[in-house]
Amino acid sequence: MGDIIKAENIIFEYPVLDEDGNEVSRTRVLDDVSLCVPEGQFLAVLGHNGSGKSTLAKHFNGILLPMSGSVTVDGMDTKDESRIYDIRQTVGMVFQNPDNQIVATIVEEDAAFALENLGVEPKEIRRRVDEALKTVDMYEYREHSPHQLSGGQKQRVAIAGIIAMRPRCIVMDEPTAMLDPKGRKEIMKTIKLLNREHGITVVLITHYMEEAAQADRVVVIDKGKILLDDVPKKIFSQVELLRSVGLDVPQTIELMYELKKSGLDVPDDLLYEEECAEYLFDMLTAGDKK
Amino acid sequence: MLKDITIGQFFPGNSLIHRLDSRFKIIMDIAYVVMLFTASNYLGLIAVGLFMILLYIMSGVGLRLVLKSLRPIMPLIAITCILNLFFIRGSGEPLLNIGGVIMIYPEGITTSIFMAVRIMFLIIGMSLLTYTTSPIELTDAIERLLSPLKKLHFPVHELAMMMTIALRFIPTLIEETDKIMSAQKARGANLDTGGLIKKAKALIPVMIPLFVSAFKRANELALAMECRCYRGGEGRTRMKQLHSGLKDYIALAVMAVFFAELILLNIYIPYLGIPYMVP
Repeated sequence: MGDIIKAENIIFEYPVLDEDGNEVSRTRVLDDVSLCVPEGQFLAVLGHNGSGKSTLAKHFNGILLPMSGSVTVDGMDTKDESRIYDIRQTVGMVFQNPDNQIVATIVEEDAAFALENLGVEPKEIRRRVDEALKTVDMYEYREHSPHQLSGGQKQRVAIAGIIAMRPRCIVMDEPTAMLDPKGRKEIMKTIKLLNREHGITVVLITHYMEEAAQADRVVVIDKGKILLDDVPKKIFSQVELLRSVGLDVPQTIELMYELKKSGLDVPDDLLYEEECAEYLFDMLTAGDKK
Repeated sequence: MLKDITIGQFFPGNSLIHRLDSRFKIIMDIAYVVMLFTASNYLGLIAVGLFMILLYIMSGVGLRLVLKSLRPIMPLIAITCILNLFFIRGSGEPLLNIGGVIMIYPEGITTSIFMAVRIMFLIIGMSLLTYTTSPIELTDAIERLLSPLKKLHFPVHELAMMMTIALRFIPTLIEETDKIMSAQKARGANLDTGGLIKKAKALIPVMIPLFVSAFKRANELALAMECRCYRGGEGRTRMKQLHSGLKDYIALAVMAVFFAELILLNIYIPYLGIPYMVP
């Protein structure tokens, strides 16, 4: 399968202004970043605050345009203004604060918003809205008002509003940052469902290691550059490097890391809780037998 | 205090009133207001009142809500009553005469009661529209009713969109205000005591963060709307279409008949019981 998003050598800078509004200098947020996202992948982008990960995400559907370099979405250049709505329909975007993404006062009306903008037939809108709400498991709340819902439910409504457009890729900019642990779990479940069952490419921007660990591929961004790009296991076994750029590691990896440091011969890439627990169990029972 | 606001709230239901086309409901609501001000005597007022009560019974909206909607306008009613009571001069002997300054006439009493009842009926009747119509339907209907103005380059769609967003963010911002007030109180802000000016000044530390956050929200919302391909009213479709049917025309006809009756009532029994003039 081809690449749905292709970013080539993108550079993005913010001007730094003095008190009179004159440009003093420029802060480089993205420094020569190249990244390809193959169709169907679940990609996690990790990075510390201010690493440029949100700025990168905003390049993927033409919200921001690169100062040099190019971004192509399914063969369309994001600089091409005539195709901007095709691009935004192909790559949907979900933001951090669910409250600030919901436009309408009723759940189903909000899910319909994008389709109404696109001028889809009323009957077709109804069908796709019901389908989208069922996918995120919010169908029975369709006539509720958003302020009656929990954070996780609101975020799922926001996701439904995007998937009603039938995008081929969804970019999520820290969708769980403002949610409680329960809401976070709900969103991760939804993301995986969209990726596995519906074949939608997912780009998840996050700073939660546990979430990134569930992806197919992890990209670590630091100071506007891509630092690491690999499968989760390979990424998280580099504990020192991750810590040096201000990132944490999942608890499982940390446990293994500490055990290894204290002289035990354990592998350092047991990322998932089950395999870690199983390994420790085997190790301890083997010890008992001796 | 902020949570008591019921004006503009929607109470879902499935009554005939709920199911009427919202465009017709707005027109009928305006007609109701005109009717209320055409009724120049008690008989007319009672007739309008009975009509309104009938509509409320049909809609299934509870009595408690009706009373709740009246609470915020009680001061207004009280002021109207007092002004009418003291300033209406009758033809006969005053009921009460304190030094020739404060004089209360029987006409004053009847007029102030009349005015109070009229204001109450006005608010109760108009609330029925928002109680039985979802905000979306309401803004849709306004957009449709005003659509002829598009030819005059009046931004009808934008207006409707702004109303939708305002309605959407009212609960969010109320919640936020509560949070900011608590946060400022925790920092020792004194929001509840002092005179009017002091109280108003004390609200500045609440208003500023609220405005900052509202702008931030607006910014993010605009971004989210852009991501969902929003580009104004041009070429937009709606999931829920407004349908007018036989029932809407019947309702309108009933309203018209009632209106005509009221006018006849005004002509043939102009001043029933009270020597009160048409406002």
